[in-house]
Amino acid sequence: MSKERKMTITLPREELMSSGHLACQGCGATLAMRYALKALGQKTILCIPACCWSVIDGPFPHSSLDVPIYHCAFETAASSASGVRAGLDMVGDKETTVMAWAGDGGTFDIGIQALSGAAERNEDFIYACYDNEAYMNTGIQRSSATPIGAWTTTTPVKHYKKERKKDIIGIMAAHDIPYIATASIAYPEDMVKKFKKAKDIHGTRFIHIYAPCPTGWKSRPDDTVKLARLAVQTGYFPLYEVENGEKWTLNLKIKERKPITEYLKLQGRFRHLKQDEIDLIQAEVDNNYQKILKKCGL
Amino acid sequence: MSKKKDDKRIIFNSEQEMPLVAMSLGSMLYNKTGAWRNIKPVIDLSKCIKCGICWKFCPDTSIDIVDEWPVVNYDYCKGCGVCAEECPEKCIVMVEEEK
Ligand SMILES: Cc1ncc(C[n+]2csc(CCOP(=O)(O)OP(=O)(O)O)c2C)c(N)n1
Ligand code: SF4
Ligand code: SF4
Ligand SMILES: [Mg+2]
Repeated sequence: MSKERKMTITLPREELMSSGHLACQGCGATLAMRYALKALGQKTILCIPACCWSVIDGPFPHSSLDVPIYHCAFETAASSASGVRAGLDMVGDKETTVMAWAGDGGTFDIGIQALSGAAERNEDFIYACYDNEAYMNTGIQRSSATPIGAWTTTTPVKHYKKERKKDIIGIMAAHDIPYIATASIAYPEDMVKKFKKAKDIHGTRFIHIYAPCPTGWKSRPDDTVKLARLAVQTGYFPLYEVENGEKWTLNLKIKERKPITEYLKLQGRFRHLKQDEIDLIQAEVDNNYQKILKKCGL
Repeated sequence: MSKKKDDKRIIFNSEQEMPLVAMSLGSMLYNKTGAWRNIKPVIDLSKCIKCGICWKFCPDTSIDIVDEWPVVNYDYCKGCGVCAEECPEKCIVMVEEEK
């Protein structure tokens, strides 16, 4: 390769997340934050409830993020963000973006009341949920975002999770908020585009980010991006947007979906599954994918 | 306002030195996470097509672009191997760290 040729850069160059942070090797949640801040820029305030990210950031008085963070209580991401927004409005600051940044436990389970309340009032902030499908920070306990079939410390192998993952997008869409999107760390350009779009919309905006966790999924750290890509390619985690609760758009149409085993077999948390159980999961994925296609008018 | 972005660790010697509200004053750059690494990525630049993919997917922001080439910052790289896995030209290999 010639010396003169420039590097191909497909994302904003600015880094608001520095090295030295405390995430595990190959942490997907970290990539999610890196891309989100690339899109939103420095005029952003984060509200982070208890989750891996409240640790990853670093101990006081240090932080790996170059934006202000309000570390709030576990169930209060959305109510804290509502308050921060109201404060900024009081001093006439229209420029700063407020973003609640919570894990799946903090969103699907314990924070859902605050989130639903804020969405009902159409509070003006972005709510980003990075989904690693369990309570990772406290040692891999199941959440209502943990998928069916998965091992966690509270759903041990003999009693692996029998319940389906909660349909958080369906719940948020029922609030008719202006903007909802799914995003994946394997598709950073798409993620940056969605955060930029969300930034320019007023009202409650919800972004659900798929963020693999090698520690909790018992996967190889180097497979993090590959797993996120397979989740999209199998149709397990489709990339789409919902505007005003009614306009559904599929962002990436997968012509030939890969079988779900390709995704499952790279993760120790699914190792105990037998063929008939895998077939059931495949049927579940097919069914969900068709439902979303239908909503998108495809 | 940007906070200090050097690799100095901030230590308060007395209460008086602390800010009135809990706020971050410095970055995490003092924390040289390169010490966590067991295997390290080595880039063969003769095969590199400058696609920027390794830079894009590093969870530790540890690949810099220096004179239009990717350069690993071994002070912070944790050795996760994502860059080696994602490189389309397979020009990054993970080698055992000598300790
Ligand atoms: C009210 C309350 N209950 C429990 C906890 C303990 N706690 C801290 S983080 C956490 C798990 C967070 O899980 P999730 O939101 O999925 O984020 P992750 O750690 O997976 O990134 C729990 C249970 C707490 N801090 N506050
Ligand atoms: S436990 Fe998982 S989500 Fe938490 S820092 Fe480690 S890899 Fe990231
Ligand atoms: S091995 Fe991981 S931490 Fe190190 S440069 Fe590659 S992607 Fe970054
Ligand atoms: Mg979680």
